[in-house]
Amino acid sequence: MWSILLSLLALICGIQAIRAKQLLAAALWLAGVSAAVATLLYSLGAYEVAVIELSVGAGLVTVLFVFAIAIAGEEAMSARLILPRLLPLLLVLGLLAVLAVGGRQAGVNSEMLAVSRGQLATDQDFATTHWQERGLDALVQIGLIFAGVMGVLGLLTEQAGFVGAKRNSEELGRNQENSPQLPQVPPVPLSSHSSLSSHEFSP
Amino acid sequence: MILTLSLTVVGLILIGLYGLLAVRNLFKLIITLQILVKGAVLALVIAGETSGRLQLGQSLAVTVIVADTVVAVIALALAVQLKQQSGTVDVGRLDTLKG
Repeated sequence: MWSILLSLLALICGIQAIRAKQLLAAALWLAGVSAAVATLLYSLGAYEVAVIELSVGAGLVTVLFVFAIAIAGEEAMSARLILPRLLPLLLVLGLLAVLAVGGRQAGVNSEMLAVSRGQLATDQDFATTHWQERGLDALVQIGLIFAGVMGVLGLLTEQAGFVGAKRNSEELGRNQENSPQLPQVPPVPLSSHSSLSSHEFSP
Repeated sequence: MILTLSLTVVGLILIGLYGLLAVRNLFKLIITLQILVKGAVLALVIAGETSGRLQLGQSLAVTVIVADTVVAVIALALAVQLKQQSGTVDVGRLDTLKG
């Protein structure tokens, strides 16, 4: 019963996230999807993933979305679509039909799944599986987190990149226009410098 | 319960695919991508549960969550910079490289 309610909650939040006019409301609906999915994962017995999904999906990502929307601001979008309105719906319904046929085929092979479940009954704890069996994944995650930190720096640095360089050049030009004109200094010939230095440092 | 969760996975993935095809705002595109990946995470854990290797499914799901979060962060940074540079996040108007 609870799983049905949580599933409906996740689907309704997902639909509302797409239908919402305001970006901030869409981000909050996405947090609702994350919370519902985390609860479903917890009910499945995947406690570690549920905690990570709740803290990262409903917490960190939502904060980042709110921050990015606050920087960029809302934009009124026109009603013109790239694709005809019914085409995405037809494509999705076609995919649903393919999935239904595939699911029916998978239902026939449920006995094979039961046999394979008996053969693969050597499930270890999460730490052993994650750090020993999937050690390469952990290394990849470290690289990804480093890339994510760079992304956060790009998000936080408003003056970065082309915009920052453009603003700096504009400010530099404005300062040069406003600065007082300095008197022209006549150039000094190089020969006098060389003779002076050779005279000073000669033994 | 597994059937209900499987239908949820299908629903989330279909909602995400529809959003990717129909939405034009860059921020909303990232949101729909997140919905799509949440369906994939749930599918991984369900597959681990039904095959008797729940911890393996959890490990893969954690990897997907980390990758998805990093993708969202970088995409948000790019969207903010694009908004400041070109003044729009409408994918229909971003035609600077159009030949």
